[in-house]
Amino acid sequence: MTTALRRYPVLIALCLAALFMVVPFLIVTVNAFKSPTEYAQNGPLSLPDGLYTTGIKDFWERVDFGRKLFNSVLISGSVAVLAVILSVLNAYAIGIGRIRGRTWVLAFFVLANMLPQEALVYPVYYLSKQVGLYDTRLSVIIVFTVIQAAFGTYLLSAVLGQFPREILEAARIDGANKWQVLWRIVVPVSRPTLGVLLVFFFIWTWNEFLLPLVMLISNDNQTVSVALGVLQGQRLMDATMTNAAALLGVLPAIVFFLVFQRTLTRGIAVGAVK
Amino acid sequence: MTVTVERSARAVGKGTARKPPRGPRDSYALFLLPGGLAFLAIIVLPFVMNTYVSFTDWQGVGSPEWSGLANYRELMDDAEFWASFRHSLFMVVAMAAIPTALGLVLAAALFDYVGKHFGSRTAAVLRACFYLPQVLPIAVAGIVWSWILAPDNGSLNALLKAIGLGSWQQDWLGDPDLALYSVMGVMVWVQLGFPLVVFMAGLQRVDPQLYEAAELDGAGWWRRFRHITLPQIRPEIYVVLTWCSIAALKVFGAVYVLTKGGPGGATDVPSYFSFTTFFEKTQVGYGAAISTVLTVIILALSLIGLRLQERTDP
Repeated sequence: MTTALRRYPVLIALCLAALFMVVPFLIVTVNAFKSPTEYAQNGPLSLPDGLYTTGIKDFWERVDFGRKLFNSVLISGSVAVLAVILSVLNAYAIGIGRIRGRTWVLAFFVLANMLPQEALVYPVYYLSKQVGLYDTRLSVIIVFTVIQAAFGTYLLSAVLGQFPREILEAARIDGANKWQVLWRIVVPVSRPTLGVLLVFFFIWTWNEFLLPLVMLISNDNQTVSVALGVLQGQRLMDATMTNAAALLGVLPAIVFFLVFQRTLTRGIAVGAVK
Repeated sequence: MTVTVERSARAVGKGTARKPPRGPRDSYALFLLPGGLAFLAIIVLPFVMNTYVSFTDWQGVGSPEWSGLANYRELMDDAEFWASFRHSLFMVVAMAAIPTALGLVLAAALFDYVGKHFGSRTAAVLRACFYLPQVLPIAVAGIVWSWILAPDNGSLNALLKAIGLGSWQQDWLGDPDLALYSVMGVMVWVQLGFPLVVFMAGLQRVDPQLYEAAELDGAGWWRRFRHITLPQIRPEIYVVLTWCSIAALKVFGAVYVLTKGGPGGATDVPSYFSFTTFFEKTQVGYGAAISTVLTVIILALSLIGLRLQERTDP
């Protein structure tokens, strides 16, 4: 059998490629535990002599990393919950209510979803200054709730459009009004999709860079992404500090990845093909 | 805007004989009210403002002065502007073309070979490795790579030295001739997981009998790939190409963290160019014109993508 002979090289090639994808993570972890002198002597490729954690501790305190983590969790968490609620309300009207002109309304949300943030960033910055919300976490929460809900509305409208009509009819015959149908039937039944959206909104908001960079200038309000990006942009970090920063930035992503792996890989397919 | 459209549609609808299925279905429009208002305030208003400002001369203070098409005329003669869009094309190659091509081959190999001969668990673990960079904030990916690619004591140069290729060492991000390609390499690494995961999901709905029949007919891997895999997941390919091209045009964080558009503008992209024009040069009108051009291109691309997708839908 030729395939039997051929399949091991394919597997090995794939494993090497996969290794290449993961190597940056490994190398960062290894170097984050080296002392500056060790790094200077042995370079980036050697294994650390021992677990040197002072670099990470110093970095944590210097940038007040706990505060940045809290900001990121607060902003991403609020956006995820609020954007799912907003998406559900919109999609209920479009997908189940089948309001007139829904195609146009939906097209509007799709286009809003495609708009580059560059076309919004200056007016958002200017207007937030006018209403006194500049440099507040609330401003970022509001803006991203709406931006994420554009995608959520698009996706959920398609999903709710397929909602089994018999269930809705049965509820209506039992005397439930629209509000009750939404919260007692539609939301519980579509919980898996809503879960996917919640996870995606959380991670997308966590990773956002441009708008938070513009809107959050004071140290106390910055997110993890912005704080690390700005530090890197200033070119003030030595190699050990860079690695501590990278490791602390990578860790939450890995945690999300392990926790949400199934949701992520399944959800992205749902998102891509309606 | 949407809300008023709904209202007027409702007023018109009442008089006509088209009967709503059960109850006045347009009262559902009320559920659209919070979303509609929020969109007006956060997306429509800033977008209209930005478009208006692009026709004015404005430094961000005082009131904008109408200048017609002056900003756009200036753009046409601005070498920096053209360079930034040329670099965008490179980004489309790095973030859409290469990841789609690689993703197709990898997805087919993982699904066809690994999944069948070594079990779906092995395939899932490998898929997870490829997808991992996608969850990483781009700012963090930038920190990781700018350190790996650093000229002194960076891992890549150290590795080249260790395997006896010391003469290949480069200032990967600091050399104007190389920087763009280095950024492209990083973007391939970042982006690859997305097409791979979408394609693997797409392959799952292809009828396995097609492959079995082809195999019985003696079709090799390449022919099965060309004649079954590609046509069957064409919708996914269009979706991925559209999404990734749009993402490539919007690239900002990676450039900000890796190179700041440098050296000497060698990696400047429209998004970063508009950012510096807005906030460093404070030529708000000019920055708005750059972002408006970017928006028009992205919307055109989205419409083409949606059209292609519709055509493949049976």
